[in-house]
Amino acid sequence: MEIVLAIAIGILTGSGVYLLLRPRTFQVIIGLTLMSYAVNLFMFSTGRLAVDSEPVLVAGIKATLANTADPMPQALVLTAIVIGFAMTALFLVVLLASRGLTGTDHVDGEEAQGE
Amino acid sequence: MNELTHLLDRLLDASMPHLVAVPILVPMFTAALMLLLGEHHRRLKSALSVTSGLLGLLAALALLRWVNAPDTSTGPGSIGVYLPGNWKAPFGIVLVADRLSTMMVALTGVIAFAASIYSTSRWDRAGVHFHPLLQLQLMGLNGAFLTGDLFNLFVFFEVMLAASYGLLLHGSGRLRVQAGLHYIAINLAASSLFLVGAAMLYGATGTLNMADLGMRIAEIAPADRGLVHAAAAILATAFFAKAGAWPLNFWLVPAYSAAVSPVGAVFALLTKLGVYTVLRLWTTLFAPDTGLSAQFGQGVLIAVGLVTLCVGALGIVGTQRLSNLAGYSVLISAGTLLAAVGLGDPAVWAGALYYLVSSTLAVSAFFLLIDMIERWRNAGASIAPHEKSGHAPFLAEDLQPLADDNLDDEQQALYGRAIPAGIAFLGLSFMACTLLLAGLPPLSGFVGKLAMLSGLLDAPVVTTAGIVFMVLLIASGFLTLLALSRAGIRHFWTQVHATMPALPALEVLPVAALLVAAATWTIAANPAMHHAIETADGLRSATAYRQAVMGARQIANPVPKPAATASEASVGAIVQ
Repeated sequence: MEIVLAIAIGILTGSGVYLLLRPRTFQVIIGLTLMSYAVNLFMFSTGRLAVDSEPVLVAGIKATLANTADPMPQALVLTAIVIGFAMTALFLVVLLASRGLTGTDHVDGEEAQGE
Repeated sequence: MNELTHLLDRLLDASMPHLVAVPILVPMFTAALMLLLGEHHRRLKSALSVTSGLLGLLAALALLRWVNAPDTSTGPGSIGVYLPGNWKAPFGIVLVADRLSTMMVALTGVIAFAASIYSTSRWDRAGVHFHPLLQLQLMGLNGAFLTGDLFNLFVFFEVMLAASYGLLLHGSGRLRVQAGLHYIAINLAASSLFLVGAAMLYGATGTLNMADLGMRIAEIAPADRGLVHAAAAILATAFFAKAGAWPLNFWLVPAYSAAVSPVGAVFALLTKLGVYTVLRLWTTLFAPDTGLSAQFGQGVLIAVGLVTLCVGALGIVGTQRLSNLAGYSVLISAGTLLAAVGLGDPAVWAGALYYLVSSTLAVSAFFLLIDMIERWRNAGASIAPHEKSGHAPFLAEDLQPLADDNLDDEQQALYGRAIPAGIAFLGLSFMACTLLLAGLPPLSGFVGKLAMLSGLLDAPVVTTAGIVFMVLLIASGFLTLLALSRAGIRHFWTQVHATMPALPALEVLPVAALLVAAATWTIAANPAMHHAIETADGLRSATAYRQAVMGARQIANPVPKPAATASEASVGAIVQ
């Protein structure tokens, strides 16, 4: 399970970074989104991967991390998702404003020479 | 008078530790209130903004008085700790007001107050929601300075950044949108790194409380130490991007010079937040008592700081646009501070903290001043014609010296004539900013640099890095002086003053206030240095900080509960 998750995070990050370095604003925003998916999965995994552990405290089961899932990374991921979503929406608005003002979707607002 | 001070001290005692949350809550509620008001209540909003700035400043000064009082272990003179959720550290988040964070909050208060007054003159009408965004920016900044929890720090960073995106785009226009696009992209990427670093630290140590992290890192297993170091390096990369450290600073100068001037003045604080976070986390996470991890990454910190200093100093001589000069001054200041932090000597830290306040005040005043100078030179427009056409400024016709430069339009001699008050104000303020930024006597920039240099020379061993820092510090001061004098000569001496500058009192007063604050910082150098030295001593060993945070007691519930139910008992068990 660890190796599958690690590979998934790696692929997401790799694609995200590649797209982030591309010259079109749409590619940049997709890259940032992929990166934030990767980061969220990574944060989730820092609570250790476990199958069939209780999500919340249950009466009668000893409340240690051996029996229950760590709620902390889940809370962090939830916060990070909300913030990341808001920031992506904001970036989308700026992207459209840039497209409207410059007439191009190049990140520098003008087409590179020789393209 | 004495009775009044006594009364105020009693009031301060009574309001602690709740006062620690005030610098965050006041801007938050002000922003919320302003959002409910429509755009047509402009005067009311301006008044609210300035009032909130004043309240925040007063709260910060009261906190400053509290932490600097003679030490009484838990009363005044101790570190103020507030538990917002009434959960004991490290389970709940904490707000910590020690000397360092209080100083930063007070500095934020001074600059925000000046910027909010300045903006009411004209810039708050360049777009919508200027004042609410400024308040949210303040909330984020103050929160980031005061928090003692790593994830809470991330949240406040995001509040601060979200507001700064809006503020940078305030006024719109192609330049701002273009700079904003780059600024948002790099900050989103940096925020991802922040999250990765914070999550790794939690995974390795099981805590996010900064004080607790330091103690856990001290006793961590050797196998996990690499993970902690990697996490710290990733976190540091995120903070370097915010502090404007090379090579993560190419966005800074275009963004800062594109922003409207009161925003530029507040943005001078954002890089200082990056430096503050590096200093805070480095001293708590990798304190000398953390064994093998002690002072992890010192070499990189020094090197990054020195290179940033070089880049800033070369950049400032390579540009002639006033707003770019201000942007590169921000870089020089960030580089100096990062390198000084990295040198790890409390005497150097004390000088650096003193220099931090002085340079931030100077850069903020400079941003505001530039706006006035450019509007005067460009006859009301904010952007000169040669800047629109994209030519290099030194090739532009209107900045060339005139042939008969000592004669006015009627061929009368110019010298020996009284200089109009408005131009005299602009010129003298420009000179004061130059002295502060270049670090020349008699103003505080000089005192700060001198304190850093003497701290270096007084150390038992003068390292190579120390010598390089010394040389670069002096050289960057010289280059700043060169660049700013050249700009001053171009703007004030070589051209006929066809029009008088229009200087509303709302614009003159904040600039004058910031410069007076810098002058006061010079005159009060003795108590200021005393505060800086105490701060640096507190940073050298994290013991007092840890004890204050971990020892903060909850406030008992007002009504004791008759019997705990089963689920509460199990919550209690996991907390224990």
